[in-house]
Amino acid sequence: MSTQTVKVYDLAHARAGDKGNTSNVSVTAYDEKAWNILREKLTPEVVMKAYSEIAKGPVTRYELPKLRALNFVIENALGGGVTVSLAQDMHGKSLSFLMLDIELAAG
Amino acid sequence: MPSPKTTIRVGTGAGFSDDRIEPAVDLAERGKVDYLVFECLAERTIARENLTRTKNPELGYTPYLVERFQAVLPACTKNGIRIVTNMGAANPLGAARAVRREAKALGIPDLPVAVITGDDVADIVRKNPQLPLMENGEPVESLIPRMASANAYLGADMICAGLATGAPVVMTGRVADPSLFLGSMMHGLGWRYDDYSMLAVGTLAGHLMECAAQLTGGCFIDPGKKDAEDAVNIGFPYADVTADGKLTLGKLDDSGGRLDVMTCTEQILYEMHDPTSYITPDCILDITDVEFASENKHRVRATGARARPRTPTYKAVVGYHDGYIGEGEVGYSGPNALARAQLAEKIVRERLKKRGFTYPEIRVDYIGMSSQHGMGVGDKVRPEPYEVRLRIAARSPDRKSALAVGFEVRTLHVNGPSGGGGGSNGIREVLAVKSILIPRDMVKPQVTVEGTL
Repeated sequence: MSTQTVKVYDLAHARAGDKGNTSNVSVTAYDEKAWNILREKLTPEVVMKAYSEIAKGPVTRYELPKLRALNFVIENALGGGVTVSLAQDMHGKSLSFLMLDIELAAG
Repeated sequence: MPSPKTTIRVGTGAGFSDDRIEPAVDLAERGKVDYLVFECLAERTIARENLTRTKNPELGYTPYLVERFQAVLPACTKNGIRIVTNMGAANPLGAARAVRREAKALGIPDLPVAVITGDDVADIVRKNPQLPLMENGEPVESLIPRMASANAYLGADMICAGLATGAPVVMTGRVADPSLFLGSMMHGLGWRYDDYSMLAVGTLAGHLMECAAQLTGGCFIDPGKKDAEDAVNIGFPYADVTADGKLTLGKLDDSGGRLDVMTCTEQILYEMHDPTSYITPDCILDITDVEFASENKHRVRATGARARPRTPTYKAVVGYHDGYIGEGEVGYSGPNALARAQLAEKIVRERLKKRGFTYPEIRVDYIGMSSQHGMGVGDKVRPEPYEVRLRIAARSPDRKSALAVGFEVRTLHVNGPSGGGGGSNGIREVLAVKSILIPRDMVKPQVTVEGTL
């Protein structure tokens, strides 16, 4: 494994929100170049794979070109929901950094 | 009634029930705000407060009610600032009376408070057990015997009606968070409840401001990567809104934190699903074409919000008792820490089984390694850290089984693997929530005024 990769962390900033058992994670590109990479490579499939250990999915991606942002809606991600979850981070506030830790092929 | 203004300033006084107190005081004293909006009600808070009210009929409102009013009432009274808040939780009338008592102690003998009621729809739910749950489509009926609360998200029309009484304070239970702000704008700017281009602007403003510091540098800083000034004293935001729908977000020049296009972009997508359809009791907001532009270091203009007409239903949250969660923790450090934590986990699991306890769900966390994002998949398996804190949590319909989890972790103190320290354990009652949609004509919101206008 020696292919060039880039972390989402270097391309974008992110914030996670919760509603019931669904987490949404927004990814906002730092610039136009980063936006084009994210739009092409940060697919719902890539995100589902990164979240597979904690979420059942599905993952839906919404594009907001005017904000240069992607909004990922990740279902069945919060242990049944904030009020019943056994997790310590029941809101899934930390899930933005799981997104930022994803590595994308740079080429 | 005074004629509507052409520009108003609405500030955020709190973004959740346990929020900081001073930023609201700064806005009241120096922010030149016309309205100060305190959003203090999370999804399940009302269920919890309803239980409090059952024990003491005078309570059931947000725990920091008195402290918040004590802090801001002097400046709000002096500067003619109207206060709008959902701090009433499960008892808006009781909250209004508590505020009036506090006002009296501060030298305001008769502070009128407009009280919004009718969000409590528990009786409507009992009479309509066929209403389907939004989560799974099943009738709400099975939750009714365990129901702790049922509250509809009321809209901005009721906030506007409360302000129209002339009372300086509007106290509510469940109202949709953005509606608290939109209602203030409708009242202050004379917006009509069917003018959807203005409802879009006010709903966007409310959505951006309802979490207070999350717009001004809270939940944002990542040292060295995304910084903000004076992270200790983050200010709360305000919105300047004009009668024709121009919206500018800002914060006090001397407050800490940061308000710019980046913070606004993070917050606009917070708890947003489909950006074309953010549903509130007032409208369906579409943020697809929203753009932010920096006006100066502390101010951002927002344009492009659109809205479609509101739905024929109110969303209501049903809170219900859902058993218990028991848990225990113990820490291991140094060489072989993970293996000792894993052995501890095995011991607890086997002892619980041996004692005849079964659980619908058990969760094991190695805190410091896997408690938030799991053990890692593929080539991203987490490295073993120097210290690991084992946490075991399980849910159970009965209290005794839940208690056993913490007990078995606790006994590791003497019986477990080497070097286990800093144990803790506990149990809590679970108040779960599910949602339903209720036809609007079933819900009867009301405004009453405590005090003399």
